[in-house]
Amino acid sequence: MSANVEPGTTLPQFRSRALIAIENVRLQGALEGATGRFREGHDRALAELPGSDELSAYFKAVRSATLARLADHLETFESKAQEVGAQVYWARNGQEASQIVVGIAQRHGITLATKTKSMATEEIHLNQALQAAGVQPVETDLGEWIIQLAGEAPYHIIAPAIHKTRGQVAELFSVESGREQSADDIPRLTAEARRMLRKKFLASGLGITGANIGVAETGTIVLVTNEGNAEMVTSLPAVHVVVMGIEKIAPTWDDAAAWLALLARSATGQPLSIYTTAITGPARPEDGDGPKEVHIVLVDNQRSALVGTAYEEALQCIRCGSCLNICPVYREAGGHAYGSPYSGPIGAVISPLLFGLAAYEALPQASSLCGACLEVCPVQIDLPRMLLELRADEVKEKIGPRSLSLAEGAAASVLSHERLMRWSTAALRLLQRPFARQGQLNLPGRLNPLGQRRPPALAQKSFRDMWKDGEVED
Amino acid sequence: MDSQNRVALCVTCLVDQILPEVGLATVKVLRRAGCQVDFPAEQTCCGQPFYNSGFRQQATRLAKRTIEIFEPYETVVLPSGSCTSMIRLEYPHLLEASPEWRERARGLAAKTFELSELLVHQIGWDPAIKASTAGGESLPKPAAAPPKTITYHDSCHMKRLLGLGAEPRQLLERSGCSLCEMDEPARCCGFGGVFSLRLPEVSTAMTAEKVRQASETGATTLVTADPGCLMQMRQLAADGRVSIQHLATILEEMTR
Repeated sequence: MSANVEPGTTLPQFRSRALIAIENVRLQGALEGATGRFREGHDRALAELPGSDELSAYFKAVRSATLARLADHLETFESKAQEVGAQVYWARNGQEASQIVVGIAQRHGITLATKTKSMATEEIHLNQALQAAGVQPVETDLGEWIIQLAGEAPYHIIAPAIHKTRGQVAELFSVESGREQSADDIPRLTAEARRMLRKKFLASGLGITGANIGVAETGTIVLVTNEGNAEMVTSLPAVHVVVMGIEKIAPTWDDAAAWLALLARSATGQPLSIYTTAITGPARPEDGDGPKEVHIVLVDNQRSALVGTAYEEALQCIRCGSCLNICPVYREAGGHAYGSPYSGPIGAVISPLLFGLAAYEALPQASSLCGACLEVCPVQIDLPRMLLELRADEVKEKIGPRSLSLAEGAAASVLSHERLMRWSTAALRLLQRPFARQGQLNLPGRLNPLGQRRPPALAQKSFRDMWKDGEVED
Repeated sequence: MDSQNRVALCVTCLVDQILPEVGLATVKVLRRAGCQVDFPAEQTCCGQPFYNSGFRQQATRLAKRTIEIFEPYETVVLPSGSCTSMIRLEYPHLLEASPEWRERARGLAAKTFELSELLVHQIGWDPAIKASTAGGESLPKPAAAPPKTITYHDSCHMKRLLGLGAEPRQLLERSGCSLCEMDEPARCCGFGGVFSLRLPEVSTAMTAEKVRQASETGATTLVTADPGCLMQMRQLAADGRVSIQHLATILEEMTR
């Protein structure tokens, strides 16, 4: 994650970053193209799966039941993983998790680590911690590598570089390779990436991954990728480190099967991703290759604090990105507006919960509550409900501009008394006369809270006055 | 329901103060469908804007007030999917801490309907049949009148929380409109209440996309059953290529 991104997003920050995305016509096209392809794939792939609605409902029950006994399942996972020779660590927060990983790297004298795409490692700023400790992390998922080269944060939960043009990518590869790369030859660019990354794969002493699923029954980590990089990262180096959010637990393989049946279909429209990798402990003597050590770092970072609260449901997320692809706000504002590795509807809920509501005050507001996210979510997570809860929390904790709370309080008082409302609106009708034109108010810039847009004017006569004056006839 | 259905109109604060013509059209349509319309004069606002922006205390106050005003009536109707969903779906939750108010909220919820829902399911009104004619003859269509091509915007609460989408379309088609669907009829128009004030640029961009999709259908009119959406989309469609109207307005026009 880029070092110069401030943690937290205020409303003015969201607005200005969103405006940059909105005014970038090319970016809007790229966003629509990518999210459109994902949406189409999602709908088609789930329609092709018989009983997918029932599967979603069943899977939601699985996720809910898992969280109800999360600690038990994590302990089962730990003991099973240890039985097969993996080492398991419990990290209370991101800093602890990074320190554990850095410690492992330093103990082995690692200077170069290869990584698969892992949102959890973005969340804990692992790359920064490794670099500070003299360990060079190299992203091997193509999208993640591109944004690493650019020094940027991911733009989307499953497609980190959808905002990059081929020209920008060619430029980055030119700098990295020391040779001029053409933007027009995509196969050539891909081959170049493969060539450069292959060197890193072979030279790496440490492979770092996240985990799509942790299967408690056998202490297994499941990785879902399309590029083959997970194989390279988890087989070549002698040491494999896994960073996993504690909510990624599936108690049994039946649960994991339901999870896998929904994940890739929901995310990209594939029945399964190209590679589904299950890793149960380090290499056995009879294995031809594989790491001698597997270290699994379980990351809490505020997750357990959500269990048993109105926000527990957010932990059911399987990080498919469907909500981003459907969200009309995300599709205009883009991923960077959120200022968090987790963007879109799920990001608007979990970023304040994981990183602090005061810091991310804008995110619960960055939604029109249209409900499309809930409709499309394979786990039926009620994100709109949680956004409303977060907004209520903001009011309770007095987060946000004071002027707004005063205005809302005043408006509510006025609306609680019909006579007061009539008088106030009569007064507003007088005040608005110089500005009202064709149903809109032409307010001078300073007075207009809506920037460019013109707010609506009050109608010359209200419905209630028409009714009172007997004007409502057929 | 019997032939003279009595309904109480909860006209909504937006219609009352900003779009009163929608209220007029709503009353006319209800009367044509055989209803006697009451307008409880004390009504102000269902409280949704406050609920949506996290001001639950204020929302609760207005919810209780709304319940008190409307619970004496047999049937309540609103020309708004979002306000209907507030009363029907949110009031019982908002007031769940008090068993008495929760019951009263549930009581009101059970008899509160969005306009098209009431017309189709409670009354069974067919706009193609002139109610005032004893024989129930169909509206004569002037030979020269071109069919009104419309496209319909599914507002978020109405579609996703109330499950209403077939009803307004049915009424519009039966009234003589030719319906042409947008690519994404249910894509949010960008209003979102307070959202349009907090993130006006994003809101406007969302509205622009909606209006663009509507224009692409070739329809002359974009119809919505929600005053908030109506107000939002009108602000942007000033060039007048597509006329933006409320469901009630079009139904009234087509059944005169």
